[in-house]
Amino acid sequence: MNIHEYQAKDLFRQYGVKTLNGVIASNPDEAAKACKDLGGKIWVVKAQVHAGGRGKGGGIVLCRSADEVFEAASNLIGKNLVTPQTTSEGVEVRKIYVEEGCNISRELYLGIILDREKELPVIMASTEGGVEIEEVAHKNPEKILKVYANPITGIGDWQAREIAFGLGLEGKQIKNCISFIKKLYQLFVDLDCSIVEINPLVVNTDNEIIALDAKINFDSSGLFRHNEIEELRDTNEEEPLETRANEVGLNYIKLDGEIGCMVNGAGLAMATMDIIKLHGGEPANFLDVGGGANAKQVTEGFKVILSDPEVKAIFVNIFGGIMRCDFIAEGIIEAAKEIDMKIPLIVRLAGTNVKLGKKMLSESGLDLITADDMDDGAKKAIRSIGGNA
Amino acid sequence: MSIWLDSNSKIVVQGITGKNGQFHSEQMLNYGSKLIGGVTPGKGGQETLDLPIWDTMNEAVDAGANVSCIFVPPPFAADAIMEAADSGIELVVAITEGIPALDMVKVKKYISSKDTRLIGPNCPGIITPGESKVGIMPGHIHRRGDVGVISRSGTLTYEAVNQVTEKGLGQSTCIGIGGDPVNGTNFIDCLEAFENDKDTKSIIMIGEIGGNAEETASEYVKEYVSKPVVGFVAGKTAPPGKRMGHAGAIISGGKGTASEKMKAMERAGIHVTENPAELGKTLGNIL
Repeated sequence: MNIHEYQAKDLFRQYGVKTLNGVIASNPDEAAKACKDLGGKIWVVKAQVHAGGRGKGGGIVLCRSADEVFEAASNLIGKNLVTPQTTSEGVEVRKIYVEEGCNISRELYLGIILDREKELPVIMASTEGGVEIEEVAHKNPEKILKVYANPITGIGDWQAREIAFGLGLEGKQIKNCISFIKKLYQLFVDLDCSIVEINPLVVNTDNEIIALDAKINFDSSGLFRHNEIEELRDTNEEEPLETRANEVGLNYIKLDGEIGCMVNGAGLAMATMDIIKLHGGEPANFLDVGGGANAKQVTEGFKVILSDPEVKAIFVNIFGGIMRCDFIAEGIIEAAKEIDMKIPLIVRLAGTNVKLGKKMLSESGLDLITADDMDDGAKKAIRSIGGNA
Repeated sequence: MSIWLDSNSKIVVQGITGKNGQFHSEQMLNYGSKLIGGVTPGKGGQETLDLPIWDTMNEAVDAGANVSCIFVPPPFAADAIMEAADSGIELVVAITEGIPALDMVKVKKYISSKDTRLIGPNCPGIITPGESKVGIMPGHIHRRGDVGVISRSGTLTYEAVNQVTEKGLGQSTCIGIGGDPVNGTNFIDCLEAFENDKDTKSIIMIGEIGGNAEETASEYVKEYVSKPVVGFVAGKTAPPGKRMGHAGAIISGGKGTASEKMKAMERAGIHVTENPAELGKTLGNIL
């Protein structure tokens, strides 16, 4: 789960990780007032969207007066911001963050992620601040400093020192950097983060280490113990159908194709998308109804799939393990009663209670296309909308 | 022969009195697995499914258990795995989905000093057809044979197993290693065990997007595995940056794509199919 920069910075402050003062605003008047409250002579207006690359998209504006802040806010709020990480349509800016200026002496990079290969949190730093870390990793891997934390003892002073020296910091900056890294690591662990990234991390002319930007991504599996984080969720930033599916316990991800998919299990759901594409079709979504889904969830799943206007056919691919085929059959029959399904429905059932499931479907009198296996099902789905497979 | 699980394995279920634990314990008993009891703290001394319940894993091990199957909910699952490892049990199979990744990081560190093998979490479990099943897979689609199956997925594994069975072949042992970013037994552990198992003649390996376990496993196959391996990686059509159901199935920073993984497999001499419906057929063709 992602949050906005201003929310991440609030969390940083709670952990004593140094940030600049800032105020969140939802209209130009609030923004202009914010710069008076903050004081100073220079401010930065920052669009609050989850997508990265805001600077390149014009979402970060340097202002030298309250009028300029007002204007920048007017130009951003309510408009769509297009960045290298959004679609060509962009995302709507609903809030902006007005931040005080800062005398920057150096721009650096600092991030903490879970290294899957080593199965440990890794602290990464680089002197190439402001540049995407993937790009640095690709072009100058030697410029990325890494230290691995021990999950029992945490991160040692010597490890933080190694980064501070590696970044070429000196004098007071070193002590400030050690303290900064240790506090940030504490936040990473306490809040079950999967990514904490600061790009750029700056050293100001007073030798302070400051998070100029803040990006946090949380491990969804850890959210059960962080209600306060769950409350930071901004559903405006999510695909509405994904939010709706999520609310009924379904795992749905919207894609751009025409063939809707309903599958049990994440691996089989991906494989079903793949096989549709392999035979020349385009999957409209990923949908894992899970192992314990009931008829109601299956009905909801159909509603979600059918809410996507691009969907021209639905391929149900179930391999019953925990999930029983008769539950799926019941769900399909219930859904057909509630929803007027005008598009072809291709059903492949296998595994637990398959005979009962098939019998229920054939006795229901529903107009559907049955498939022997997933290959057959994918091809029939493509043909049902006029494709060649 | 088989790997890690056979008809002599004595199984204890941690979380046997929960809804899932109860249902699947019954299924395991029906399959013929030697389930000797369960652990639910606070319910020691009671019985369920005509089996004893213990308060602690130490009592279960004293009673002869050498394999544990965990259905404990996510908030308590990491603790349950460590309790099992501390009791000295040989094999822990963690079915639980949704354990926080940083809990698993601690668990991995903790069990690295123990002799316990962990399979999972977020996995269907392990089955040696005709002998024993520990987990949630439908037993009836399996058939005793000489194909070893390793997978990060659940239902996609059933799909592969079914295709093998329908080809008239069977499986030596099938292992779901789980869809989480940090897990116990990995592909390489399974490949090594199958390579050394004289009753396994070929291997099916099913990966998915995210991480680089498939790449490192492919390098291992190239160096050390003499038996034919058939491979597939799910998620070629998955968009980057989206978690595809499994916590570990995400393409991040352009890394962990299905295409890269399948290429790595091909370079290692693995027989890769891009069609998940042709795993059985691909295997049949090379045998």
